[in-house]
Amino acid sequence: MPEGNADIIRLNGAEKHFGAVRALGGVDFHVRPGECVGLVGHNGAGKSTLMHMVAGTLTPDSGKIGVHGGVEDNYSVSRAQKLGIRCVFQELSLCPNLSVAENTRINHASLSGLGWRRKAAALITAKLDEIFPDHGISAWDIVGDLSIGRRQMVEVARAFTVTQDRLDLVILDEPTSSLDAHTAGQLLAFVRRFIASDKSCILISHVLGEVLRNADRIVVMRDGKVVVADAANAFDRDRLVTAMGGAEARQKIAAEIAAARPAAGPLRVRARPAAQKDGADLVARAGEIIGLAGLAGHGQTDLLLAIFAAASRARTGIEVTEPVALVAGDRQSDGIFPQWSIAENIGIRSLARLRNGLLISPRREAELAQFWQKKIGIRTPDMNNNIFSLSGGNQQKALFARALGSDAQIVLMDDPMRGVDIGTKLEVYDLVREEAGRGRTFLWYTTETEELDNCDHVYVFKNGRIVANLGRDELTEEKIIQSSFGDAA
Amino acid sequence: MRPEMTAASLDATARSSAERGALARARLLRGLLPALSLALVLAAIAWLNPRAISYFGFSLMLNLAIPIALATIAQMFVISGNELDLSIGTFVGFVGCVTATWLKDAPLIGVAILLGSIGVYALLGALIHLRNLPSIVVTLGMSFVWQGLAILVLPKPGGKAPDWLLAIMSFKPPLIPFPITAALLIGLVVHFGLMRTSYGVILRGSGGNPAALKRAGWSLLRTKIVLFALAGLFGVLSGMALIGITTSADANIGNGYTLLSIAGVILGGGEFVGGRVSPIGAVIGALTLALAASPLLTFMHIPPDWQVAANGAILIIVLAARVLISRRER
Repeated sequence: MPEGNADIIRLNGAEKHFGAVRALGGVDFHVRPGECVGLVGHNGAGKSTLMHMVAGTLTPDSGKIGVHGGVEDNYSVSRAQKLGIRCVFQELSLCPNLSVAENTRINHASLSGLGWRRKAAALITAKLDEIFPDHGISAWDIVGDLSIGRRQMVEVARAFTVTQDRLDLVILDEPTSSLDAHTAGQLLAFVRRFIASDKSCILISHVLGEVLRNADRIVVMRDGKVVVADAANAFDRDRLVTAMGGAEARQKIAAEIAAARPAAGPLRVRARPAAQKDGADLVARAGEIIGLAGLAGHGQTDLLLAIFAAASRARTGIEVTEPVALVAGDRQSDGIFPQWSIAENIGIRSLARLRNGLLISPRREAELAQFWQKKIGIRTPDMNNNIFSLSGGNQQKALFARALGSDAQIVLMDDPMRGVDIGTKLEVYDLVREEAGRGRTFLWYTTETEELDNCDHVYVFKNGRIVANLGRDELTEEKIIQSSFGDAA
Repeated sequence: MRPEMTAASLDATARSSAERGALARARLLRGLLPALSLALVLAAIAWLNPRAISYFGFSLMLNLAIPIALATIAQMFVISGNELDLSIGTFVGFVGCVTATWLKDAPLIGVAILLGSIGVYALLGALIHLRNLPSIVVTLGMSFVWQGLAILVLPKPGGKAPDWLLAIMSFKPPLIPFPITAALLIGLVVHFGLMRTSYGVILRGSGGNPAALKRAGWSLLRTKIVLFALAGLFGVLSGMALIGITTSADANIGNGYTLLSIAGVILGGGEFVGGRVSPIGAVIGALTLALAASPLLTFMHIPPDWQVAANGAILIIVLAARVLISRRER
């Protein structure tokens, strides 16, 4: 096979500007059949822009796109689909009001005519069975009724379904961000099988280990350019982090975690999950960072919401002594007010303090926003811009600013860092530890085991119950997995 | 490790089927709500005046239910695309005026005007999509246009419905009163078209997640045009059905339909955003409103002066009950 024709897709000198901002500055990128390309970089490094071009949803300002060896002048989404290129976007692109089967139909124009519902249902069910055995999803479930993890499973499975068009390349943008370790493993194993059948994948993930273990070749992007591209086995974690430009910050964590913690303060939260049968309960004191771990959807979020509710109205089994703020995990549906500016989104939790007489003082709101912009590093020219002018990571920072800028002494975090780049994560970790040092209490549910390193101790959940309480010194990934799967020790 | 894994997956399956059972129950309840409110209004009528529950009684009470149901379906199409039509009432009035004049005197011109007005609706959809205008503003403006046109066509109440239309609307099927048969037929046809066909999925998807639809290569311009054209079509049917019942027209005849149609969609289980609509629910909602509007109030001996206010009160009570019940499910 001649080398030039072998590429599934090749971009030469792709450039893209959004107004004055340069999102991509002359990128060369290609994918060969039968390889998994890992794409890493901070949020805003240009990964998403590049992938939108590969998928045909954006056209480059200049540069060439070639697919299967032929040059594409009018490249578009429908053209990309004809040529066998699909994308699973980071923001979920399912219609919540439709069933799983109906959502499958949306991606397949050929699923029409008599019996299309049966065909669509069979198609998606077979693919779900193949990728995620024991998925527990019916083709007739309405997507809006599914948990966010299941929705991601449907979205991924849908991208791999085939009707009349060919399928050569699937772009997976943060495919595991809402999956627990078990389902993420199933997905990555499937990706390897897919690659083995001479198809290709682009894997974008902020979980570097995932990229290192599963990609054949890794492309690192920074500031709209490709900085390194090399075989995956030429990389290790440190080289990746250095290439991405986050090395300095990483060193700091270890040092700060090692620093001694102050003695436990007064009790802030004592909560028992509704399903808990034995006497175990979750206890959090002032200045503590408490982790909530276990497989996704095993009652961690429910407990956080119960604690949140208990702060305003007494509930049996839950004791809360200070005001509470919640940082939502599904920021699009639970966190952000889409029509509002960044400053308004930050100020909403502190309206009582921002009041001047009966009205909100714009000056105080702006001051609060300015303070947190500096403190947490929200990258925007103007805090009065709409919240959607920010990249995903910066939106999440604004939600943190909302919680930390309030009077809340207890901050509940519902897996808030999913899909956020490592640079932002490290900044937020620092801030959380700093605030904990000042006496704030954090309850932190996370699906990423690495994040638990920041916690003082960790409660592992299974089926809505606490099954283990691990101190900092006994905290290992094996231990958490063991407790999440096994019966309580 | 192995047996533990199996236990975990068995566990997960058991949990998910229980979860799904609960969800299915919630969805069933949500689906039954419109029927429940209809049953409630019927029970009240039966209690106040048992004789009304008869073939003749229903034909009389549900007299205006068909045009209301058609207008509600028109509104439902617009709401499926996350828009709102504030002009449907005056549009029905305009169609009524055309039906009672041109359609009877010069059928060809009448048909052309009605088809043209559906075309105007389609263009409105295109305008709203292309210029990214709020539909409330555009249709509010259009409501005055339709009203003005209606007055131009028929300055004074009058005109006469075409004979064939009168014949259709006074059809008396055996056993089941005509309004009920017609409502059932309308509900089923639209249900099949919007909920079961493959393009119906695309239309509803455009309300659920327009960005996703666009990424999958569908034209949002087209879905919006189709939804508005369907609204226009059912608006025309509603106006014609109305004149077939009242036999003559008046430029203000449909004005109340804007609010009735919105309330009917919501009462029938629809939501303002997110593409969640139910054609059968909308028809049932329209029937409920048609019954609650006047027969129920007359049986309650409420003087005509107060009926409009009482009508509003019933609307608020019924819609509030719906919100309360659907909130409890969550």
